[in-house]
Formats: sequence, C-alpha cells, structure tokens
Amino acid sequence: MTTRADSPAERRSWTSRVRERAEVALPPDKLLPDRQPEYVASWIYVFGVATIAALIFIVASGVVLTLEGPQWYHVSAVGHFVNSVHLWSVELFFVFMVVHLWGKFWMAAWRGRRVMTWITGVVSFLASIGAAFTGYLVQTNFDSQWISSEAKDGLNSVGIGAWFNVVNVGQMLLWHVVLLPLVVGAIVVWHVLLVRRHGVVPPLDAREETSP
Amino acid sequence: MGRADRLMAVGLDGKAHFISWGPFQISLANLLVIALIVVLFVLAIVLPFPKQRSRP
Repeated sequence: MTTRADSPAERRSWTSRVRERAEVALPPDKLLPDRQPEYVASWIYVFGVATIAALIFIVASGVVLTLEGPQWYHVSAVGHFVNSVHLWSVELFFVFMVVHLWGKFWMAAWRGRRVMTWITGVVSFLASIGAAFTGYLVQTNFDSQWISSEAKDGLNSVGIGAWFNVVNVGQMLLWHVVLLPLVVGAIVVWHVLLVRRHGVVPPLDAREETSP
Repeated sequence: MGRADRLMAVGLDGKAHFISWGPFQISLANLLVIALIVVLFVLAIVLPFPKQRSRP
C-alpha cells in the first residue's frame, strides 16, 4: 500500500495537490508552534485569543439554548443562567475584539504580507455584528419586538427590508443559529490559519521573528 | 422570582439614562462600555506582562 502520490497520474489528483500545498503553507511546527517571538509577551497580544475564548463560550451556550428552546431559557433558573452566559460572553467577545482591533490597527498589522489576515479580521468583525444583531431579534420578548420594528424602518430605507426581513422571526432565527455562526466560524478559522502561516505581527519598532 | 434573582436583577423598566452634548447623545450604558474598552486598551499597553520562568 502506498501512502503518497508517486506516479504522475496520482500526483495530478486534487487530494495530493491540496495536501502538498497545505504541507508547504502550514508545516506542523508552524501550525502548532510551542515558541513565539519575545515581543508577543505583552498584554495587547492576549486579546485575540481572549476573543476566541469568548467565541467558544458563545457557541457552547448557544448550542444549549438551541437544544432546550425559549420556553426553557425564559422560565427556568438554569435556562436564565445559560441565557445570561450567552449574552455576557457576547459582550466580552466584542470588548476583547475591539481592543484586539485597536491594537492591530495601531501596529499596522497588515505589514509583511498580512493583508488577508487583516481583511479576514475585518470581515469576521462585520459578520459578528450581524450575528449579534439577529441574536437580539430572536430573544422572543418585547425587547426583540422593539428592536425589530425600529430596524425594519432603517433596512427598508436602504432597500433590503423585503429580502432581509427583521420582523420575520423564522428567517432571523435561521440566520442567527445556522448561517451567521457558520460564516463567523469559517472566517475565524481562516484568520487563525493565516496568523499561523505569516506569524504574529511584530511591533513597529521590533525586528521580525526575534527569538526568545 | 427568587430572592437571589431579585437581588441580582437589573431594573430595565425605568427610564434609560442618556448624556447629551450638543447634537450628540449617547446612553450612559454605552458610554461606560466604551470607557471600559479604552481603559482596557491603555492597561494592555502600559502594564508589564508576567515574565516566563526560565526553562531547565
């Protein structure tokens, strides 16, 4: 049994091409490094991983809310708790992400072929705003009614209210629990892989790849 | 609602607090969150990071 593409015909298969490109772009020591440059030992570099930690809490509590449903999280004590974990992890997610964004902006983090890392970060920020917004719309309480009726006017005024109908609870629920989590999750994975590939951006006055 | 819930609950039925300055208006809650983020950002830059223990 062979495990590698040896013949030219095998080398043309898409699986071998993808594998070879992945091995070149992200060798194991780059994908899971155990050392980082000295300049990473700063609190400002902590907020990216803090954002991901908050995202894990958001997804985990969201899965529990999805399994149990509104009758559970509106009434029971445990449901209130999980609902609050979901809300507060979102609050922390955005606080950490904004500090991460400011830190990266002021160190011009798009330097050194990191433009796509910057762009995926921006897109994940925008998609997260959409995910949070649809979350407020599917609380199934008076707050969500108020937000949706106010947002309806705004979205109608820019011409997308008929397609993205914020008073359609079913549509907003599916965007919130399926579509936007997939988008945010995929972009965040892409963002992290790009950080692994190109390395953490050094401060403006530091030399790249300074070993500890 | 139990006693613990009543103690921990935040009253959301009252009038919201807004701060106005000319044409600008912001809720106190949003202003506090923005202030918290600014403070966190400044602390993240100025506070020293704990030194790693030297490996054997």
